Amino acid sequence: MISVSHISKRYAGGYEALRDVTFSVEAGEMLFVTGHSGAGKSTLLKLIAAIERPSAGSVLIKGQNVSSMKASAIPFLRRNFGLIFQDHKLLFDRSVYENVALPLIISGFPRREIARRVRAALDKVGLLGREKARPITLSGGEQQRLCIARAIVNRPAILMADEPTGNLDAAYAEEIVGMFKAFNQVGVTVLIATHDVSMIARLGAREVHLDHGRLAA
Amino acid sequence: MNWLMLHLDMLKESIGRLAQQPFATLLNVVVFGIALSLPVGFYLVLSNLQQVAGQLAAEPQISVFMALNADPEEVSTVEQRLRRHPEVGRYEFVPRDRALARLKRNSGLGDVLAELRSNPLPDAFVVTARTPRPDVLEQLQTEAAGWPRVEHVQLDSDWARKLDAVLAIGRLAVSLLAVLLSVALVAITFNTIRLQILTRRDEIEVSKLIGATNPFIRRPFLYFGALQGLVGGAAAWLIVAVSVQILNFGLTNLATLYGTNLRLAGLGLIDSIGLLTFAAILGWIGAWLSVSRHLWQIEPK
Repeated sequence: MISVSHISKRYAGGYEALRDVTFSVEAGEMLFVTGHSGAGKSTLLKLIAAIERPSAGSVLIKGQNVSSMKASAIPFLRRNFGLIFQDHKLLFDRSVYENVALPLIISGFPRREIARRVRAALDKVGLLGREKARPITLSGGEQQRLCIARAIVNRPAILMADEPTGNLDAAYAEEIVGMFKAFNQVGVTVLIATHDVSMIARLGAREVHLDHGRLAA
Repeated sequence: MNWLMLHLDMLKESIGRLAQQPFATLLNVVVFGIALSLPVGFYLVLSNLQQVAGQLAAEPQISVFMALNADPEEVSTVEQRLRRHPEVGRYEFVPRDRALARLKRNSGLGDVLAELRSNPLPDAFVVTARTPRPDVLEQLQTEAAGWPRVEHVQLDSDWARKLDAVLAIGRLAVSLLAVLLSVALVAITFNTIRLQILTRRDEIEVSKLIGATNPFIRRPFLYFGALQGLVGGAAAWLIVAVSVQILNFGLTNLATLYGTNLRLAGLGLIDSIGLLTFAAILGWIGAWLSVSRHLWQIEPK
């Protein structure tokens, strides 16, 4: 599904976030990317989602080389992903419903289909009653769930989350982890960057550990 | 159907955005209106002059003046040559006495002319060519000038052609003005859209992250730019229409004094549609440049 080979990322100024990282993810697998803060977890996810381009090496998704992809093809690649960002990236001038509907509008779904899917996604994350609310009125955990709803509304093949339980208390984190497990069980490939060791222990999934941008055994 | 709905939604959204900032929108529309009405107004004046010149030059005549002391026999020789000439369509003989009488009547110089001891005007023929092509006319002119006792041959369309040449320069000047102002209007739209992008940069960023194509992101801004241009073009149309009415009001006085019917024609349907389309295209271009620049800046490196 995802094949990362020998990628490095050097930022302007000489900082090397990743050095010669190679691993692969099978379809339907759940994988954790772990490491200390600044180890390159976020960068790795960004390279896979073609948000940034690697300085060297390549990323293959379903056999397609993402690193050398034309800019005009990247949007269609992204539609295969459900992305959950560390800083949520919710639109605060739009309602909960509109936030979740955005990926479907972008993909050009008909309006009735959008309404059906948005409700289904909101139902899965337990926000069905809050459609008209503004994201700013939601708690941290609810915002995170809204972000998940937006990521899964497109029924993506690959779900990627960057520190999804970062600043949530244990009970909320438990809930979120349960959701990821459920998605994985219905066949979604899940990639989670986290430093939350308890989460890994609970889910018992494979782990890729980064240390100062290098793959550690 | 879905595609149509998408565009209708965009249009509705753009109208909403225009209405959200009535003051900024009004300013932009006024700038568009004034900037476009200048070249359009000049163009209108030029095309009115053009029409007058065109009417006069459409049937150019050649005046053949005889020598002052030509006798009637010599005049009739020239007349026979004209009658037989294949390129001559019609001709009219204007005897010197009639020419003088007409001059006294029309020019208001009766008193001065009465002082003259002898008639200074020669006999003349006013000739209309069968085919009013410039080359034919010129050939006829040189030919007639060579006939015996013919003093001078004048091509009456000369001044019309000179006016035409002046108008051509005028049109060039208007085109230059139009180009300069168009660039200014594109720049204004660019800046307006840039400000809008700043307030919506999160939305653009998130949309791109979840798979929006560049055309998708550009579309609402393009609609906005084109719509603002269109309204600005309508403002220009209104300014020109009102100005023409005001000028015509003034011209009515002038025309009664001269005993003619002088009126400026307003913008025709085709020109009006052209103006609106052009204004919309300028707005569209400004918006396109603005969004494309922003998209290029946030492209992953």
